Amino acid sequence: MMRRLGDQPIGRRLVLPALIYVILVTQAPFLLTIWYSLQRWNLNRPGQRAFVGLDNYLYLITRDPTFRIAVVNTVVFVVGAVLLSLLLGLIYAELVNHDFPGRGIVRTLLITPFLIMPAAAALTWKNQMLNPNFGAVDWFIRTALPGNISPNWLGHYPREAVIAVLVWRWAPFMMLILLAGMQSISEEVREAARVDGVTPWQEFRDITLPHLNRFMQLGGLLGTVFIVQEIDPIYLMTRGGPGSATTTLPYLVYEKARESFDVGRGAALGVIVVILSIVVITLLLRLLNRMLGEE
Amino acid sequence: MQTRALPAAGRLRRRRGFSREKASPLWAITAWIVALIAFYPVLSMFLTGFKTESGAVSLPPALVFLPTLENYRAVFAINFLPFFGNSLIASLISTFFVMVLAIPCAYGLALRRTEKWRDILFFFISTRFMPPAGVIVPLYVLYSANGDPELGAFGLDLLGTMRGLIILYTAMNLPIAIWMLRSFFEEVPRDVLDAARVDGAGVMREMLQIVFPMVRPGVVATIFIAIIFAWNEFFFAFNLAAAGTSTVPIFMVRFVTSEGLFWAKLAASCTMAVFPIVLLGWLAQGQLVRGLSMGAVK
Repeated sequence: MMRRLGDQPIGRRLVLPALIYVILVTQAPFLLTIWYSLQRWNLNRPGQRAFVGLDNYLYLITRDPTFRIAVVNTVVFVVGAVLLSLLLGLIYAELVNHDFPGRGIVRTLLITPFLIMPAAAALTWKNQMLNPNFGAVDWFIRTALPGNISPNWLGHYPREAVIAVLVWRWAPFMMLILLAGMQSISEEVREAARVDGVTPWQEFRDITLPHLNRFMQLGGLLGTVFIVQEIDPIYLMTRGGPGSATTTLPYLVYEKARESFDVGRGAALGVIVVILSIVVITLLLRLLNRMLGEE
Repeated sequence: MQTRALPAAGRLRRRRGFSREKASPLWAITAWIVALIAFYPVLSMFLTGFKTESGAVSLPPALVFLPTLENYRAVFAINFLPFFGNSLIASLISTFFVMVLAIPCAYGLALRRTEKWRDILFFFISTRFMPPAGVIVPLYVLYSANGDPELGAFGLDLLGTMRGLIILYTAMNLPIAIWMLRSFFEEVPRDVLDAARVDGAGVMREMLQIVFPMVRPGVVATIFIAIIFAWNEFFFAFNLAAAGTSTVPIFMVRFVTSEGLFWAKLAASCTMAVFPIVLLGWLAQGQLVRGLSMGAVK
């Protein structure tokens, strides 16, 4: 690592511009977020701005009913979407990890949902898929199942609907990571197992799955940090509702800052989101560090 | 991770470990059905854009019909193109700045290591994992025309501007680009570099004439990933949007609030919004996983 001491000044000059840029654009605003979170400051009432210590946090935790709902929703959405997309991604990956006519096309079709702009995906799902009268999903249920039921997904099952759209978009992401994992299993091991006469299910359970452990962790952790940030399906499909049924913490930050102009509480929420993310980020960094160490 | 190979060997490497045994017809049929179901919403979006408004809500959804370009004409008439142009500008210019900053940085972190290179690498990626909700409030205040009176009230007046988004998209994609490029630079054989250094090649020559041609596919893949992320970005665009100019996702938001339920026109604008990225993604398929996993998975 220290093999060429003479390189160091050059290395530093190469790295510094990017480092300074990232610190300026991401770290400086975060310090301000902490500072603002300690103030009472609403843009509509600029005269009343004052330093209030931890009051914003106390208000959110003890008196704001939406806050608690948003914490629960955030956890439900992220855990639900990550686990289900890992499961669906695993199925996708196993399906295309076999040789059959048109495998390349199938893989291309499967990754496409991840490439679709989330805003466009949310609107397509809201209208063409989940609309109770004209949506394809409801039409299919009415036609295929007895009883002529036609659920109003966004009205009665808003959380499930949002999670479904998140899973549809993120399963391909999991598929790509797990597929890379499956393809790093040596073909000799598989051949040897087949010679020993294992069934395809045993091959999947005893060879593929154990090998995928680390790839699952990576997919799960990356999925978590990215899915936490998604507010497009929530805004475009449900606007956080009905009531607060689909309001997540990042969405609440938007509501506080942009619709109530409450800088202090919006900032306090932002700090809370970061604190809650730190556990996941720490695990993720440790995993990446381990994968990097193996190079 | 397992093997160090030249990028040129990428095609060979991708096939490694792929199950070569022919799957049963039942397996193939299942895979095709699953793929078609997963793809159906995209197909539906694409087809609906060419239907009439009444055709868009007729059931069962028609797969064969007489296509019309009326929706596209209507969407252009309500000024879709400026939004499209803004998205193009924001993604391309931010990606340009990302590469200008990331190539030297990744090169330094991979091949001209300073002390603490590992800490620096991890600092970069931790900034990408931090939720944007943690910085959006001060950004909103600083980007407004008034700014923060206690900080001297210098408002940057960047709300709803391309410059404002480009600054953020550059910061957002920089860590991913650095990690991804670093993983490609690591694959350059050390003896090639040592030989060049013995010949007295300087940093610039080494980087541009020796390393760059070897990692060109990696650089292209990184550019694709940065464009995809910037184009699809919603949180910043939405929070910092103002009455003036905005990107395509904001057009969607406005369309829904102002035009109401015109499914066919909405589908036409969605199709135009997604097609450049779907094309890029299809082209970059082989390298996609590397970008999405920060170069940890090859």
